[in-house]
Amino acid sequence: MESCNCIEPQWPADELLMKYQYISDFFIALAYFSIPLELIYFVKKSAVFPYRWVLVQFGAFIVLCGATHLINLWTFNMHSRTVAIVMTTAKVLTAVVSCATALMLVHIIPDLLSVKTRELFLKNKAAELDREMGLIRTQEETGRHVRMLTHEIRSTLDRHTILKTTLVELGRTLALEECALWMPTRTGLELQLSYTLRQQNPVGYTVPIQLPVINQVFSSNHAVKISPNCPVARLRPLAGKYMPGEVVAVRVPLLHLSNFQINDWPELSTKRYALMVLMLPSDSARQWHVHELELVEVVADQVAVALSHAAILEESMRARDLLMQQNIALDSARREAETAIRARNDFLAVMNHEMRTPMHAIIALSSLLQETELTPEQRLMVETILKSSNLLATLINDVLDLSRLEDGSLQLQIGTFNLHAVFREVLNLIKPIASVKKLLVALNLAPDLPEYAVGDEKRLMQTLLNVVGNAVKFTKEGNISITGFVAKSESLRDSRAPEFFPVPIENHFYLRVQVRDSGSGISPQDIPNLFTKFAQNQAIALRNSSGSGLGLAICKRFVNLMEGHIWIESEGLGKGCTAIFIVKLGIPEHSNDSNLSFIPKMPVHGQTNFPGLKVLVMDENGVSRSVTKGLLLHLGCDVMTVSSVEECFQVVSHEHQVVFMDVCVPGIDGYEVAVHIHDKFTRRHERPLIVALTGSTDNLTKDNCMRVGMDGVILKPVSLEKMRSVLSDLLEHRVLFESM
Amino acid sequence: MEVGQMQRRLLEYTKSLFMEGVLDNQFLQLQQLQDESNPDFVAEVVSLFFADSERLLNDLTRALDQPTIDFKMVDSHVHQLKGSSSSIGAERIKNACVAFRNFCEEQNIEGCMSCLQQVKQEYCLVKNKLETLFRMEQQIVAAGGSIPMMELSF
Repeated sequence: MESCNCIEPQWPADELLMKYQYISDFFIALAYFSIPLELIYFVKKSAVFPYRWVLVQFGAFIVLCGATHLINLWTFNMHSRTVAIVMTTAKVLTAVVSCATALMLVHIIPDLLSVKTRELFLKNKAAELDREMGLIRTQEETGRHVRMLTHEIRSTLDRHTILKTTLVELGRTLALEECALWMPTRTGLELQLSYTLRQQNPVGYTVPIQLPVINQVFSSNHAVKISPNCPVARLRPLAGKYMPGEVVAVRVPLLHLSNFQINDWPELSTKRYALMVLMLPSDSARQWHVHELELVEVVADQVAVALSHAAILEESMRARDLLMQQNIALDSARREAETAIRARNDFLAVMNHEMRTPMHAIIALSSLLQETELTPEQRLMVETILKSSNLLATLINDVLDLSRLEDGSLQLQIGTFNLHAVFREVLNLIKPIASVKKLLVALNLAPDLPEYAVGDEKRLMQTLLNVVGNAVKFTKEGNISITGFVAKSESLRDSRAPEFFPVPIENHFYLRVQVRDSGSGISPQDIPNLFTKFAQNQAIALRNSSGSGLGLAICKRFVNLMEGHIWIESEGLGKGCTAIFIVKLGIPEHSNDSNLSFIPKMPVHGQTNFPGLKVLVMDENGVSRSVTKGLLLHLGCDVMTVSSVEECFQVVSHEHQVVFMDVCVPGIDGYEVAVHIHDKFTRRHERPLIVALTGSTDNLTKDNCMRVGMDGVILKPVSLEKMRSVLSDLLEHRVLFESM
Repeated sequence: MEVGQMQRRLLEYTKSLFMEGVLDNQFLQLQQLQDESNPDFVAEVVSLFFADSERLLNDLTRALDQPTIDFKMVDSHVHQLKGSSSSIGAERIKNACVAFRNFCEEQNIEGCMSCLQQVKQEYCLVKNKLETLFRMEQQIVAAGGSIPMMELSF
C-alpha cells in the first residue's frame, strides 16, 4: 500500500458540527473580505486619513484571515495535499501579517486616541469662544445703549426732560420695573422723590438724607445693590406674593457752576447728590449683571454733566434777563435825567431873562424914586425896598451862578489884580455892619504876601466877603480877625483834607486865609452840613433868618475851581469858629504892571471920549442903526453908517479904525464882511477892528465870530457905559471878547 | 401948571411906563445920548421907529393875507421889528415879536394871526404913550423948564 498524501482528520467528524463550522467559516470569510472593502470605501470618502499604510497592512491581514477561513472550508473533508499546502501557506502569511499588524497597532492606537482628545479640546475651546463672543456682543449692545441714552439725555437742555428721558431710556434698556430719582431738598436734609418711571405724579415722599444706606451709596461712585425694603426702594405698595426684584442705587452728583472754575477736575467735597434707584422686575430670576451696573454708573455721570449744562444755561439766561432789565432801567433813568437836565436848562434860560427884568425895573424905579422929594419915612421905606431888591438880585445871581457852577460851565476869569486891595475892600464893606454890632475887625497880612496876584478877583472877593460876612453875622460881640499869608508846604497838608494834594509849582503860590470870630460857634456834628447848599443850621436859623444857605456852597465851589480847599473849625457851641481856605493864585510876570485896572466899581477908566475915531456901522435895521450911531456920536466918534453888506464892501477903507457889524441869526452875511475885510487888508495895522453886535447869548455865535476873524463880540443892548468901556478896551488891547 | 408940577407929572408918567413894561432901560439910554450936540436924538429915533414899524406891520398884514404864507419872509419882518423895538426899548412889542417868531417857526397860522393883532395893539399903545410923553416934554420946554435926567443905578 502506498501511503496516501491525504491528511486525515483525527476523528471522524460529526455531520452537524461540520455543517456549522462550514457555515461560520464561510461567513467569517465573507466578513473578512467585506471589512477592507468598507474601509476603502469610507476612507475614500473621507478627506483626510493619514494612515494609508496601516490600512494596507490591516487590509492584508484581514484578507489573509479571510483566505484562511475560506480555505478552511475545504479542510473539513478529505482534502488533497495541495489544499493543505495552500492552507499552510495562507496561515503562515496570515500569522506574519497579523503579528506585523499587532506590532503596528501598538504605535497607532495611542495616536488615534490622542486625536480624540484634541478634538475634545478644540470643541471646548470653540464653546469658550462662543461664550466670549456672546459677552462682547452684550457689551457692545450695552455701549450702544449708553451712547443712545447719552444722546437722548444731552439732546435737551431742559432739566426735566433730561431726567425724565434718563428714566425712560434706562427703563427700556434694562427692562426695569421701576426707576426713581430722589433729589435733595433746598435745606439739604432730606431727599424728595422727584421723578419716577411708572407713576405719573409722584407724591412728595421725603426721606431723611442721613440714612446709612444712603450714606453708603453716596460714598462710592459705583452702583450699589441695596435691599428692596429700604425706604428709598419701597415705592410701590407690596401686594401679596411679590418677590421684589433686586434693587440698585447710584449717586448722581449735582455739580454747580463754581465747580468748573478750577483747572483739574475737583474733588467732590461739598457736593450735593441725587439718588437714582433702579428696580428689576419682581418675580423674575434676573440678577444685576456687571455690565448693567457699569451702564448705570456711566449714565449717572452723563446725567450729572447734562444737568450741570442745563444749570449753566439757566444761569446765563437769568443773567442776560437781569442785564436786559438793568439796561432798560438805566436807559429810562438816563432819559429821565436828560429830560430833567433839559427842563432845568430851559428853566434857567427863561429865568435868566425873566427874573432879571422885573428886578431891574424894581431897582430902577426905586432909584428913580430916591431922586424925588420924599418925606423921611418914605425915604426909609424906599431905601429898604432898594436894599431888599438888591439882596434879591444877589440871591438870583447866586442861584444862577450855582447852577452854572454845578454844570461845570462856569469858568474863572483870570486876570492880574491887587491882592492887598481885595482885602482892604472887603474890610471897608464889612466895617459899617461890624461897627454897628460893636465888633472889632482886624486885618493882618503877612509881609511876604505878594501885592499883585493872578486869579479871578471877583470870585475871590466874593468868597472872602461871604466868609467874613458869616463871621460878622454869627458874632454878637467880640472880635473878628482876618489873616492872610502864603501857605508853606507843611501847613498845606491838613488832616481834615485828605484828598487835598497841593503841589507847589513855579509861578504859583497858595494863599491861606483864616477868619476867626468869637461868636456862637458850631457844634462838630453840624460842620459837614455847612457846605451843603440849602442845609440850614438849626440853631443859627433860629437866631437870624438872613442866611439863604447858599453862600458857603458857592464859596466851596469857587475855592475848588481855584484848586484849593475850604473848611471850618470850631470847638463847639459858644466857642467861636474859624473859617480857613486855601486857594491857588499865580504870580504875575511883572510885579508892577501898569496895565492893571483894579476895583471894578470905577466907572471911568481909560478914555472917556474918542475924538475923531473913525467908525463904520453896518446894520440893516434903521432904528437900531441910528441908536448905535447916536451912541458913538455921543462918545465923539466920526460915524459913517451903511445898511447893507454890499455898501459895506464899497465903503470900508483903511481910514476906518473900527467896524461895528450887526449880526443876526437869519442872515450870516456879517461873517462874509469879516472875511472880506481880512482879505482886503492884509497888513494888521491897516485893518480896521471888527466888532459884532449880537442879541444872541449862545456860544455858537461867539465861536462863529471868532472863527471868521472878528476882534470882538458885544451883546445887545449896548449902554453908553458899555460902549465906552468897549471902545477903550478895544483900542488898548486890540481884542475884546465879552463873556456871555 | 408950574414947571415943577409938570416935571413931577412927567416923572410919574415915565415911571408908569416902566411899571407897565411898555418901556425898558434902553429907552433911558437913548435919553442919555441926547445932548447939546444932538438935541433931538430921541425924537428922531422914535419917529424913525414909527415909520419903520408901520411899514413892517403893513407888510406883515399883507403877507399873512396871502393864500400860501411865506413864513420865511414873515419871520424876517418880525425879526426886523424885534430888532427895532429892542433898540428903542419898547419891551412889550419886543416880547410879542418873540412869541410871533415861535409861531412862525411852528408855521401855526392862527397863532401868527393872533400875534400880529397883539403886536399891532402893543404898537398902538407905545405910539400913544410916546406921543403923550413928547407932548409933556414940549410943554415943559415951552414953559421954560428943563427935562429932568433920569439916573439909574443897577
